[in-house]
Amino acid sequence: MLKRVHFPSSVLPFLLVAPQIIVTVVFFLWPAAQAIYQSFLIEDAFGLSTEFVWFENFELLFADAHYLDSFWRTLFFSAAVALLSMSVALILAGFADRIVRGATAYRTLLIWPYAVAPVLAGALWVFMFNPTLGIFPYFLDMLGVDWNHYLNGSQAMALVIFAAAWKQIAYNFLFYLAAMQSIPLSLIEAAAIDGAGPVRRFKDFVFPLISPTTFFLLVINAVYAFFDTFGIIHAITQGGPANSTTILVYKVFNDGFVGLDLGGSAAQSVILMFLVIIMTVVQFRYVERKVEY
Amino acid sequence: MASITLKDLVKAYGDTEVLHHIDGQIADGEFVVIVGPSGCGKSTLLRMIAGLETVTGGDIQIADQVVNDLEPADRDIAMVFQNYALYPHMTVRENMAYGLKIRRISKAEINRRVEEAADILEIRPYLERKPRQLSGGQRQRVAMGRAIVRDPQVFLFDEPLSNLDAKLRVQMRLEIRKLQQKLGVTSIYVTHDQVEAMTLGDRLMVLNGGYVEQFGTPIELYDRPQSMFVGGFIGSPAMNFLPADADGATITLANGTTLAGEVRAGAVTMGIRPEHLIRSEAGPVRLKVQMMEQLGANTLLHGVLEGTQTEMVASLPGHVTAELGAVLSFEAAAETLHFFAPDTQKRIE
Repeated sequence: MLKRVHFPSSVLPFLLVAPQIIVTVVFFLWPAAQAIYQSFLIEDAFGLSTEFVWFENFELLFADAHYLDSFWRTLFFSAAVALLSMSVALILAGFADRIVRGATAYRTLLIWPYAVAPVLAGALWVFMFNPTLGIFPYFLDMLGVDWNHYLNGSQAMALVIFAAAWKQIAYNFLFYLAAMQSIPLSLIEAAAIDGAGPVRRFKDFVFPLISPTTFFLLVINAVYAFFDTFGIIHAITQGGPANSTTILVYKVFNDGFVGLDLGGSAAQSVILMFLVIIMTVVQFRYVERKVEY
Repeated sequence: MASITLKDLVKAYGDTEVLHHIDGQIADGEFVVIVGPSGCGKSTLLRMIAGLETVTGGDIQIADQVVNDLEPADRDIAMVFQNYALYPHMTVRENMAYGLKIRRISKAEINRRVEEAADILEIRPYLERKPRQLSGGQRQRVAMGRAIVRDPQVFLFDEPLSNLDAKLRVQMRLEIRKLQQKLGVTSIYVTHDQVEAMTLGDRLMVLNGGYVEQFGTPIELYDRPQSMFVGGFIGSPAMNFLPADADGATITLANGTTLAGEVRAGAVTMGIRPEHLIRSEAGPVRLKVQMMEQLGANTLLHGVLEGTQTEMVASLPGHVTAELGAVLSFEAAAETLHFFAPDTQKRIE
């Protein structure tokens, strides 16, 4: 027989969960529903009338070379940001893991960039790399590199990748460090006695044993690069030059609020919404896999 | 195969010295057990020999070579850890082969050695499994196998049986002993369990608070403990210590009874093992029984020396019944009495 504790029904539990539900409905579900509805509408050029067109906005999008370009650009951008920030974080964590003295100080300092607002992070990098004022173009000039991310699309892309990756390193670092410290010390010692040097130990033991963390961070970083880098791009390049840094989330803003193509912009955000849903499902489905020591 | 020499070995963390001037010679093929209570420094000593802890002072020699500054990998040792430290993402075969693979030994030779070790340890059927699919005893064997295949000069064991249940522990204890005798590899084994130490070791190094209390064969330690600590630590139940006064020919216990015993005059601490107390109506050692433990083969009588607060235990063969509060008399053969100086706690001959 199934035994369960029964409480007399009351409104209290509903009241207790109400704030969370209200926040979710007002700030997530309702706007999402609005976006889906709007993605089926096309407005005329003067914004006086709207027409319900079913999937025409989506058809137009997928026929649009700019949109498809932006899609591939976003994939490249995400991959580059994830790869750069995760590999730097992995190396830093690998060294921090060996440090005993002052470990807390390093960890605190390394987490600071994460607290910087995206726009401010962007502003920092804009100043550092400003072609006329910045310190880095000055150094790069000595190396024979002519830096001007206002004119050179590849340089602009590199700059937003660096800025976006820099901000995420702190987060990745914390997770990698925690994962490394959860590996039993005796395991690494056993490997040392077996004859594996530091590099070999990292390759054969540390890296495979933290692979669940790597996978988790890969999803988190992809989501970050897809959706949370708007502020950085807006501050550094505004999507330019010539759309060379216009990733999907920036194009949503640009088409909607600058180009005033509300239907097309809504359709793009619906596509992004499905992407983030897929990523979240992937994360929940596979990230639960744990390594047993 | 190799002998090991510890010369004036010191370990300190900052200003705190945890191991004090340890000396010891371990012969080729010998099985030495380092035993002591928790925190006595026994694991630290083993880890220094393994190269996992730095040496603060003195020398460690393996096969006449000072290894103080050698990496663990270059000392030609193998270690079995308390938690086994198996590589969780590798199969049993890969676990055992890893050390050989690093040393660039040929595939065929690796397979031969892994399978040979697996046969010795009877883990052949589990070679393709991951450690998490094995029971505690099987993991223990894999950890041993990983040490064996390397064919090292020295085996180091860091409390390898403490995670097993009592029955398996006794079984593995015998297997480790048999294996070591078969392979003849110099071994150092750390444990806090004195029974394990007594049964395994050719010789025992008793550590206490970072000092070597005594280093000798199990029987030497049992028959002639050099300090009260060794007397109390080796043997179960522990040795009784009774304060007494000696005048050269007789010993007077705290409650006034006397027995014959030749020892220097003055205050002494008399040690007598519970199993060496013999029932005797006129015996000088009078025990007031406060609690009984019936163990089947023998009976433990816990109580105090009559008229004092000094706790003592007697172990009698077979089934004995005694009223609680009753006073039983015992005597003891002169050669089973041990005398210690009350101040230094060292043995008096």
